Amino acid sequence: MTSVSSSGEFHHQHHFKSAEHQYASSKQGIWLFLCTEILMFGGLFVGYLIYHSLYPTVFKNGSETLDWKMGAVNTIVLLVSSFTMAAAINYVQRGLHKIAAIMLVITIACAGAFMVIKYFEYSHKFHVGTVPGKFSLVDPSCGAGGKRADCESKISALLKNPAELEKNHVSAEEVSRLKAVISQPKWEMFYGFYFVMTGLHGVHVVAGALLIFWVFIKTLNRKVGPEYYTPVEGVGLFWHVVDLVWIYLFPLLYLVG
Amino acid sequence: MSSAHTKTEHGHTDHNYLNHGSGIWSWMTTLDHKRIGLMYFATVATLFLIGGFFALGIRLHLAKFGAEPLLDPDTYNKFMTFHGAIMVFMVIIPGIPAFLGNFVLPIQLGAKDVAFPRLNLASYYVFIAGALIAASSMVFNQVDTGWTFYTPYSTSKTSNGVILLVLGAFTMGFSSILTGLNFIVTTHKLRAPGMTMDRIPLMIWALYSTSIIQILATPILAITLLLIGAEKTLGVGIFDPDLGGDPVLFQHFFWFYSHPAVYIMILPAMGVISELITAFSKKTIFGYRAIAYSSVAIAAVSFLVWGHHMFVSGQSTLAGILFSLITMFVGVPTAIKLFNWISTMYRGTVTFDAPMLFALGFMFLFTIGGLTGVFLASTGMDVHFHDTYFVVAHFHYVMVGGTLMALMGGIFYWFPKMFGKMTSDLGGRISWVLIFTGFNVTFFPQFVLGAMGMPRRYFDYLPEYTNLNQISTIGSWLIGLGFLVGLITIIHGILKGEKASDNPWGAKTLEWQTSSPPPHENFTTTPTVTAGPYDFR
Ligand code: HEM
Ligand SMILES: [Cu+2]
Repeated sequence: MTSVSSSGEFHHQHHFKSAEHQYASSKQGIWLFLCTEILMFGGLFVGYLIYHSLYPTVFKNGSETLDWKMGAVNTIVLLVSSFTMAAAINYVQRGLHKIAAIMLVITIACAGAFMVIKYFEYSHKFHVGTVPGKFSLVDPSCGAGGKRADCESKISALLKNPAELEKNHVSAEEVSRLKAVISQPKWEMFYGFYFVMTGLHGVHVVAGALLIFWVFIKTLNRKVGPEYYTPVEGVGLFWHVVDLVWIYLFPLLYLVG
Repeated sequence: MSSAHTKTEHGHTDHNYLNHGSGIWSWMTTLDHKRIGLMYFATVATLFLIGGFFALGIRLHLAKFGAEPLLDPDTYNKFMTFHGAIMVFMVIIPGIPAFLGNFVLPIQLGAKDVAFPRLNLASYYVFIAGALIAASSMVFNQVDTGWTFYTPYSTSKTSNGVILLVLGAFTMGFSSILTGLNFIVTTHKLRAPGMTMDRIPLMIWALYSTSIIQILATPILAITLLLIGAEKTLGVGIFDPDLGGDPVLFQHFFWFYSHPAVYIMILPAMGVISELITAFSKKTIFGYRAIAYSSVAIAAVSFLVWGHHMFVSGQSTLAGILFSLITMFVGVPTAIKLFNWISTMYRGTVTFDAPMLFALGFMFLFTIGGLTGVFLASTGMDVHFHDTYFVVAHFHYVMVGGTLMALMGGIFYWFPKMFGKMTSDLGGRISWVLIFTGFNVTFFPQFVLGAMGMPRRYFDYLPEYTNLNQISTIGSWLIGLGFLVGLITIIHGILKGEKASDNPWGAKTLEWQTSSPPPHENFTTTPTVTAGPYDFR
């Protein structure tokens, strides 16, 4: 295998005039793709804003049950990862493969940390029952029959049972917040958005981590370097967009309310 | 414009893209845009036959020739859904861009390939995967929602097959985005020396505008389809009124994609027509810039008109008026094109080979489709016509009379370039006569039926609609026969056609300056462009 170290020669594909030509084209392609990603999340943001204005109290109460501290930690984790990703690109461009590889590993570790924290957030919601539509009911057949008013939500069942509350680490303060949530009709709506938005974002985090792993291997094998770093830069841009989406999701879901 | 090709004098076979590597594997793994284009052709043609089978089934049922209905209501709804979904998502949306566009765009630009050949092959397989996922819903859990998946029926009332169909459409949307992205970068970055943006053929302008729509609109469809999936699996309730959601929001999202999607279907068709009209009139196109910019204008306006599908969904009067007004605006760039084509033919040396007949068919049928669109865009009239057969006739005139006519014309036009052989002109003309007559016999009565009040998507109808429905069904057989003749003509051309010269139509764009079929990298030496694309003198 030909290596692309600083002395090596990078061969561009036959239909491009030069390596620069190929690089410029790839970059344009990546940016166009990122536009489509932003537009896709844009649809969700539009939906969120519409329902926020329709059910302001539902969104406020729901937002207060999210753990802003966990969200904030995750924001910091992603900001750090954006920094290490940018650093990795820079090191690859300068031919410093070893430190670039370390930076990529840290970035992947951040992605992992982010998902672990998300896992704790999600699982707590599953326990207390702040979940979207279908699963917020005690009796799953309840939703299908259309008589939702007769069904009791998992939260209200939980709130009546002090032993369960303790088992699920629900503090007195959280109890009052949960009570506020179910005092409103259509409260599941907030969690519908919460899970769809963070879920889709989570899928992007995982995809991003896999892509970073791919360029990490390329870096180790010296397939990228000062003459050719398009994959690293492309994946880096993708990762920044994933971070950027979170930068909007965090205040919208956890803080604005 | 330099002619890049030097002919081999001796009889032995030229080296071209068709014999550059042999065996099925060399096709499946090819990075050559021409071969990928042909692979789309085979795929889309197969899907078209399946979609056509469902169409004939629907029509046969509605003719009520027998005492017993042919289909039960449930099966009817499924036929209608698969017919619509296959034709829209798998035939006319990918048809011209992914097949003809893939074949023609790089050659017309003087490029060796698209910017990202591997991505091009990947988007073909993504398309196949999407089609298979969607098709699996036919096997596991049929869908009866219609191709529009309107909520809340699709999300809380019907089978889980919707998840498969929606996931398939999502996947095919990915393919559409990747193809559009590839075309945009190719157009920006891979033009031959001298090929400035005001010298690119009008087909390229059309594909370029289409690509912009693909990139800007498809992500919205993607999120909408994902939300339907989330709705069915998690019950998130965003579109379900039982849970507090808003089904009208679904309609906004859906049409925000699907109206521009109509232009994903029709803009490339207009590009094909521009090529055909100038080639068969032997005249420089009239109003190059006007046609080019009107493509971009249509793409831009297409994003602002989705509300015309929702006049009766409880939209505010003001919104209705605005959407109605903006919709009428789309007529302006469209008319600009039409008048420019007619001016091109005026005092040209017009010949009526099969491709030109399809082009004229396009102009005739698309005009009727477009004019009836103006009726539908008038809020008052739409209240009467909404969800009647008038709408069915309207969109078939636009999509089939427009897009499919252009697709057929394009196939016959570029066939010599693709295969290095000629098709039988007689075969092409017979196919055209059958499709054109059959088409009008099928769909014109549907305007009348719609005006009389026959609703669309119904399994049964009042007795007074019987005659017109039977006429319509007879027409549908003519169309089927026409496509059959077309198919035979194409297969016969591939197997037994006479050898084609490099430029059988005497056209001027770059693809005719290389050999038929072109070599693996399109040109033996990169062409240099010194004049506009249609320099007939
Ligand atoms: C042989 C020619 C065809 C016949 C006889 C035919 C017939 C029909 C009929 C009877 C319907 C159902 C109308 C309703 O009740 O709403 C329909 C719907 C539809 N057709 Fe066709 N069709 C033909 C070709 C095509 C083609 C070639 C396309 C696209 C390329 C197409 C696209 C559609 C679409 C999008 C619908 C809408 C289904 C819906 O309302 O959801 N059709 N067609
Ligand atoms: Cu529309």
